[in-house]
Amino acid sequence: MAILEIKDVGKRFGGLQALGNVNLNVEENTVHAIIGPNGAGKSTLLNCLVGKLIPDTGSVMFDGQSVLGRKPFEINQMGISRVFQTPEIFGDLTVMENMLIPCFAKRDGAFRMHAIESIADEKDIVGKAEKMLEDMNLIDKRTMQSSSMSRGDKRRLEIAMCLAQDPRLLLLDEPTAGMARADTNNTIDLLKQIKDERDITIAIIEHDMHVVFSLADRITVLAQGTPLVEDTPDKIKGHPKVREAYLGESQDAA
Amino acid sequence: MFGLNKKDGGLLLIVAFLALAAPFILNPFPEGSAMAQFNAGYPDLMQRLVIFGIFAIGFNILFGLTGYLSFGHAAFLGVGSYAAIWMMKLLTMNVIPAIVVSIAIAGLFSLLVGWISLRRSGIYFSILTLAFAQMSYALAYSVLTPITGGETGLQPKYNDPRILDAALEPGQSPRANLFGLDMKASSELEIGNWIFTFNTGYYIAAIVMLLSFYLSIRIFRSPFGMMLRAVKSNQQRMNYTGLNTRPYTLAAFVISGMYAGLAGGLLVAMDTQVGAERMFWTASGEVVLMTILGGAGTLIGPVLGAGFIKYMENIVSKINKSVLEQWFAFMPDGIEDIMITLIYPFVGKGWHLTLGLLFMLVVIFLPGGLVEGGQRIGKAFSRKKASDDTTDATKTPAE
Repeated sequence: MAILEIKDVGKRFGGLQALGNVNLNVEENTVHAIIGPNGAGKSTLLNCLVGKLIPDTGSVMFDGQSVLGRKPFEINQMGISRVFQTPEIFGDLTVMENMLIPCFAKRDGAFRMHAIESIADEKDIVGKAEKMLEDMNLIDKRTMQSSSMSRGDKRRLEIAMCLAQDPRLLLLDEPTAGMARADTNNTIDLLKQIKDERDITIAIIEHDMHVVFSLADRITVLAQGTPLVEDTPDKIKGHPKVREAYLGESQDAA
Repeated sequence: MFGLNKKDGGLLLIVAFLALAAPFILNPFPEGSAMAQFNAGYPDLMQRLVIFGIFAIGFNILFGLTGYLSFGHAAFLGVGSYAAIWMMKLLTMNVIPAIVVSIAIAGLFSLLVGWISLRRSGIYFSILTLAFAQMSYALAYSVLTPITGGETGLQPKYNDPRILDAALEPGQSPRANLFGLDMKASSELEIGNWIFTFNTGYYIAAIVMLLSFYLSIRIFRSPFGMMLRAVKSNQQRMNYTGLNTRPYTLAAFVISGMYAGLAGGLLVAMDTQVGAERMFWTASGEVVLMTILGGAGTLIGPVLGAGFIKYMENIVSKINKSVLEQWFAFMPDGIEDIMITLIYPFVGKGWHLTLGLLFMLVVIFLPGGLVEGGQRIGKAFSRKKASDDTTDATKTPAE
């Protein structure tokens, strides 16, 4: 069953048709990669899913409910979490606090006025956050200010924060952009582990073919705002239309 | 202690000690000595120190935690003051209803202002709050004169209704009290050449300040407080973590508005009069200075900042030319004149110049305010202890 149904979605910025007529279904418990050359509309599409942009035409259904017109925090509460291209974490806060916030958001919803209670008394939440940090090998850094961590650790923390909310759909926007090879491989392993251990659907936008082919169950190739082909990684590799779209910017260059 | 961890409990105890022993601490110099003018242990000033401490503690909950810089908080202080004085005119000279109503009215007003202003952030938010405050100030001076008394302001009069109080005897003037305890009543203690003044109003204000400070510690350590810091750190991540930032910032805004209203109500309880000038934008700017000077986002910073600025305002501004002449009388005439000419612009009416310079120094060299200064001194000391035999060389890089 498709957990995410994108139907006839179009978005225009002034004279630029960023998204033509996108139809795309993401099946439950799969990893679906969206690839395409620069300017293909990958990020625009993602922004339409999380409420940052509202498409001009079409519909986006998540688990049978429309996400259009909802604010980002509402869409998140429906069960969609997003990892950004550059890790978006609470840089001024400690690693532990970063982890606590999504745990509170999961339990208490978009707002709760718990202004007198002490965080230390919230044993369940603290326990959950500590467990998450342990799973992610970040527990040693719990008191560290998160902005002083390495890029790879920030990425791990951001993914951990998203997972703490038990999302049904995890959206990843170029999760390995600007990473060294070792960090990239660590991230791939982490994502593989998440895919194996959880009931989670992952949609990933990626430039790095190595990442895409190691993870994806299905791949959609986007070019000039419209899906070119959608198929399994093996079929995509040799597909003539894909080669055409990528011609001149070879796989290694990406 | 009271649900606080050891460190916060200690901090609360220190502040409690400072507040309760203030009549001694602020009066270190014997009466009649040349230094006596640096004594700040008189009721009027001590009351202002703690009341503006409350104002700054509340402001810090908004500015220190969420980073939203309001430039209109004096409006809430002013509204609280007007509400308090009306309670004293209509209901009773007991300060309890005055203070409770001032908090409530300031809370409602800040809900309105916050609801509108928080649609924008950054400089636009600051401008909106400034506009609201200036609007309130202008209205208080003009069309709202029947409520605010315009230029003359308001004070309780002999023939006000005061439905809860017994009628005053002829010639008796209405005095603010707490169930009969006169706010202006003081007792004096003479030890040698020292005179210490214990004022009822001061102690009531100090206890309210301690309660406010305690509440602010609880807020800082609560999940709510953490969310406010998260707003300051990364709103984007907040939104994509399923958290609605607007009610968080609005709640912080209203809480700080209520603190301002409390401060306004207390000002009236101590000194029963109000004028619109306490809503002027410079008054809003003053609380920003207090918070930054002391250390925004720290627990004790705003209290220190408020104390520091109010002390400067009242003490440095009193140093006039004849005082300077006394100080430098031992010097030869020519040098004495030069010294006085050099120092004069910085004291008396020029105290703002001194304050401005100090503020610049703090912002440039101690971005964390006086609290950061204290921490650096503390660190320098502990390092010195750790390596006793090493010379000053180890100390210099720390600066």
